[in-house]
Amino acid sequence: MPRFVKDNFSPSIRKADSTIHFANRWDHFLARFGIRRNKHRVEPGVYALGKPDGDSPVFVTANYSLSFDALRAALKGISGYILVLDTRGINVWCAAGKGTFSTDELVRKIEQTSLDNIVRHRKLILPQLGATGVSAHEVKKRSGFLVEYGPVKAADLPSYLENRQATPDMRRIKFTLKDRFILIPVEVVGILLPALVASVVAYFLGGLFASIGVIGAVLAGTVAFPLLLPFLPTDNFSTKGFILGWIFIFPLSLIVFLESSTLELWQRFLGLISYNLVFPPITAFLTLNFTGSTTYTSKSGVKKEIYTFIPVMAWMFGSGILLATGLILINLL
Amino acid sequence: MFNAYQINTLVFDRNLCNHCRMCSIVCPHAVFQRTNGVVSMVHPERCMECGACQLNCPTGAITVDSGVGCATAMIYAALTGKKEATCG
Repeated sequence: MPRFVKDNFSPSIRKADSTIHFANRWDHFLARFGIRRNKHRVEPGVYALGKPDGDSPVFVTANYSLSFDALRAALKGISGYILVLDTRGINVWCAAGKGTFSTDELVRKIEQTSLDNIVRHRKLILPQLGATGVSAHEVKKRSGFLVEYGPVKAADLPSYLENRQATPDMRRIKFTLKDRFILIPVEVVGILLPALVASVVAYFLGGLFASIGVIGAVLAGTVAFPLLLPFLPTDNFSTKGFILGWIFIFPLSLIVFLESSTLELWQRFLGLISYNLVFPPITAFLTLNFTGSTTYTSKSGVKKEIYTFIPVMAWMFGSGILLATGLILINLL
Repeated sequence: MFNAYQINTLVFDRNLCNHCRMCSIVCPHAVFQRTNGVVSMVHPERCMECGACQLNCPTGAITVDSGVGCATAMIYAALTGKKEATCG
């Protein structure tokens, strides 16, 4: 949790600073791993950063600790007020999409905090990504405050504040290697338990290679995919996932083919096919689900992907499992 | 090759536009651009249907079927009978 202490401001105004302490870093670490997912919150309300006065700028953010900390850290050496909306511990962009970082909540917080008594001006600086949930002209009509959209990233705020202008680059959302890399822990943690259970089941039914297949398909979808996303061919996430899954599974299925020399050739061949039917759809399903973590997939596009590729994944996986089950039963008899 | 993201639901009615530039300010993918005081839709294929432009357009010149482009949320909504998919 961020460190703040009550001071001689009005009781409704908390004090914040720009220093990120160890406790904050630990909180960020837990959040990145999806641990205590809904607990990374700060209290909604007004915070004073530095020594603000009635003419100081007002910055609006969500009550997700990572959002709040990114903002206060970016404003080092700048005095102002931070108006924290109650987004139930969700970051700005997701909360805006969910409807909690919204026109209604912003107007409500302006009224609840009596912001018009704290500052003399009537301007608010919102993060650009908050625009998904906030209507600037509605806010003006309902509260008298003018919404000014700052840059996408809080780190660009000092440059923005120089002339209240964002460069075209500051207005563009990116999805860099670093952005994708930091998503990996939460992706892995989310699938860890089902993956471990499935790998144990696969071990007892199909042996060590089947177990490796499960873990490999999952790691391909959750670790390799975020890192390799821009380099994989095709535009659809599912087809990228199929390709990535096959890159990993095909060599494994060849090893299984070569290692099972005691079986009949047709059994070895069907075993090879079953590996290539069962595991790539697992990777493809995980990569399709990664659409929610990206910064550019559209609702209609994802819908088309679901309708087009989920049946393919289901048929491949189902027929592969049937084939593998048949082979296991033949071996037992 | 089939690309699910090639076509989207974004529609811009230039006759209603007052060229205030709000769409080009809020769009994180530079779909809109104002040149010589005139706003135009320069990269419609980049639209992710977040709805920021529609919500901040004071003249109603932009319409888009906005929502989250997240398969997990959509599959969850379909399985639980929810009308609208949301994050988190």
